[in-house]
Amino acid sequence: MNYSDSFRDKELVQGLARRIAGMTKGLSKPLVFMEVCGTHTMAIYQFGLRSLLPPEVKLISGPGCPVCVTPNSYLDRAIALCRLPDVIITSFGDMLRVPGSSSSLMEERAKGADIRVVYSPLDAVQLAAKNPAKRVVFLGVGFETTAPTVAGSILAAKAQGVSNYFVLASHKTMPQPMAILSADPDLQVDGYICPAHVSAIIGADAYRFLCEEYKVPCVVTGFEPTDVLQGVELLVRQALAGESKVEIQYSRVVRWEGNAKAQAMLADVFTPFDAPWRGIGVLPGSGLRIADKYAGFDAELAIPVQVEELKEHKGCLCGEILKGKVSPFDCPLFGGKCTPESPVGACMVSSEGTCAAAFKYGR
Amino acid sequence: MNNDLILLGHGSGGRLSHQLLDELIIPQLSSVPVAGQNDAALLNIGGIKLAFSTDSYVVDPVFFPGGNIGDLAINGTVNDLAMMGARPLCLSVGFILEEGFSKAELSRILASMREAADAAGVAIVTGDTKVVPKGKGDRIFINTSGIGAVEHNLQIDGASACVGDKIIVNGCIGDHGIAVLSAREGLEIDSGIQTDSAALNGMVATLLPLGSALHVLRDPTRGGVATTLKEIALQSGVTITLDEKSLPINPGVKGVCSILGLDPLYVANEGKLLAFVAPDRAEEALAVMHRHPLGKDAAIIGEVTGTSAGKVQMETMVGGVRGVEMLAGEQLPRIC
Repeated sequence: MNYSDSFRDKELVQGLARRIAGMTKGLSKPLVFMEVCGTHTMAIYQFGLRSLLPPEVKLISGPGCPVCVTPNSYLDRAIALCRLPDVIITSFGDMLRVPGSSSSLMEERAKGADIRVVYSPLDAVQLAAKNPAKRVVFLGVGFETTAPTVAGSILAAKAQGVSNYFVLASHKTMPQPMAILSADPDLQVDGYICPAHVSAIIGADAYRFLCEEYKVPCVVTGFEPTDVLQGVELLVRQALAGESKVEIQYSRVVRWEGNAKAQAMLADVFTPFDAPWRGIGVLPGSGLRIADKYAGFDAELAIPVQVEELKEHKGCLCGEILKGKVSPFDCPLFGGKCTPESPVGACMVSSEGTCAAAFKYGR
Repeated sequence: MNNDLILLGHGSGGRLSHQLLDELIIPQLSSVPVAGQNDAALLNIGGIKLAFSTDSYVVDPVFFPGGNIGDLAINGTVNDLAMMGARPLCLSVGFILEEGFSKAELSRILASMREAADAAGVAIVTGDTKVVPKGKGDRIFINTSGIGAVEHNLQIDGASACVGDKIIVNGCIGDHGIAVLSAREGLEIDSGIQTDSAALNGMVATLLPLGSALHVLRDPTRGGVATTLKEIALQSGVTITLDEKSLPINPGVKGVCSILGLDPLYVANEGKLLAFVAPDRAEEALAVMHRHPLGKDAAIIGEVTGTSAGKVQMETMVGGVRGVEMLAGEQLPRIC
C-alpha cells in the first residue's frame, strides 16, 4: 500500500461511516454540512461518499469552485480581449467552456482566436517573452490557492522585463462568502468542511470569526475519503455537543497561521476589492485586484476594449446552487438544456462544479 | 451559445463526438443504425466475410514517449479490425503533410510504420500523399484504412453484451493519453510513462477459441474506458458495474492525473482491449491474456449486472457507488 492508498482504505472508510451513523442515529432533523470547496465536491462524488453516510447527515455543496463563481462580465471582457488581433489569451483549461453573455472562449477559439491552455502562469510569461509583438493575457481566476502563483508570475515578468504580459485578475478570497451564507436565515448550515488548499495559504485561524460570530463549527479537511469522513465525524461531534470551534483535520498540510510567504506575496501584488460573485452578488472585500504599483500588468487597465452588454442566463439556478439552497437535480435546466457539452450555468462547466460533478457521477 | 461550430470537443471521442455522428454525419451519409456502430463494418462480398475500417491520426506532439503518429496509425486500424474478431490483411495509408515538415522526421515515421505493420502481419498496399501550405495543417496527418478477414461465425460486437458477462481489460489504463500529454509543449512532465500503442490482433487470435463465450471486444481509445463502456451499455441495453479497486492503473498515470485533475477512466489508450466474456469462461480468458506479452496485467474489472439500458456505475475503492458517464467535451486540466 502506498502513501495515498492508505487514505483510501475501505475498512477505515467504512469504519468511519459506521461511527458517524452510530453517533447520529435517530436524530429528528438531519445535520447539514457544507463542503465549501469544489475539490471536496468532486471527491465526495468521485468516491461515492454520500452513499456511505446515514440519512441523518446531509452534505451540500458551496461556492468554492473558482470557475463557477466567475461572473459573466469577466468572461465578456476576456472574450472581447481575445478578439483583438494582437492578443493571446492564456488560461487554465476549465475556463474555456464557461459561457459569457453570448459566447465562450472555446467558441472564440473555434472562430480563430489565439487562446492557449497553460498549466502555470509562468508558462504564459515565457510565451510573452517569446512573442514580443503580441500581448499575452493570463486569466487570473481562483482562490488563495492559485492567486500566489499568479502574483509570482507578475513578479517574474517584472524581474525579467517582460512588458507584454498582463493578467485579467478576478481572484476571490474565501472566508467572506462563508460569513454571508452563515448570516442567511434561509440557509441552515450545521458546519463547514473548510477548504484544504485555500487553508494551507490563509491558515485555519481565518475561520475563527465564523465560529465566534455565527456559532458554526468549522473543520479544515483534506481531500481523501478518510479525510472527508473524519472531517464529518469531527463536525458531528461538535454539532451534537453544541460547540463551535475550528479544528484542523488536515494537519499534515495546514497550519493555524498558514503560509506567511504566500500571504506576503498576495499583499504585495494584490489589493482587496468588492468583488462580484456569480449568482451571489457583490461581496465587500472578497476579491483581489492588481495593486496600483503593478498596474502596468493589469489587463483591465492596460488594454482598453469594448465589452458587450451583460446578459444573464434565464432559468439558471447556479446562484441558489452555489449558496447550497437547492441541489443540481432541482434545477429545471439540469441534464436537459444544461449539460457539460453545452453548459448554461458555470456550475456545469468546471470539473469541480457542483452540477458537473452531479451530472458525471451522481445520476 | 452558438451551436453551429465544430469544437475540439467534437473530436474527443466522448458525448460531443457521438452527438455529431448521431445528429449530423450518420443521418446524411449512412443507413447504419446508430446502435449498430462498431469499430469496423462487416461486409459479405460473394460469400466472403470481411471487416473494413478507417481512422485518422492528428496527434500532438507527433513524437511521444514510446511511439509516434506512424505506429499509432498502423496499430489503431489493425485494432479496429481485430475488435470485430477479424484477421487484419492489408492497409491503405493517406498522408497530409504541411509545407516545411522535415523529411528526416517523415522518414522516422515511415520506418516505425513499416515496423508496426510487419509486427502486426499486415501489408500496406495503397496510399496517397497531399501537401498543404504552411499554416494550413499541423505538421502531419495520417489516415489509415484496413481490410480484415472474418473467419468465424461468432457475433462479436458492441450489442452482444449479456447479463453476467465479466469485463476484462488486458492491462493498465491511461498510459497512452498521459504519455502524449506529458510530452506536450508547456507541460513536459517527466512521468516515465510510455504509450501502450500496440497491435492487438495477436492477442485477439488467442481469445477466439473461446467461441461463443466471447461477446464483445472493443479498444477503449479516445474517451477512455468510461466512454467505451457507456457505448457498449447503450448498444447492448445493459447495466455495467465496475469495481474501482480492480482497475489496473500505473502509479505514474495516477500521479499525473491527480496533479492535473484528470480521471484515468477517461484517458486514451492505444494498446488496450475490453473483452466481455460469459462468466463460466472468464477465468480461462484471463489466463489466456496473462500468457500473452500484451496481457500480463490483465484483470477482471467489472461485470454486466442488469438490463437497465445504458447504465454504467462503479463501486468505488472505499465501497461507495457512483455513476459513470461518457467523456463530456475535452478533458481539461482544472484550476486548483
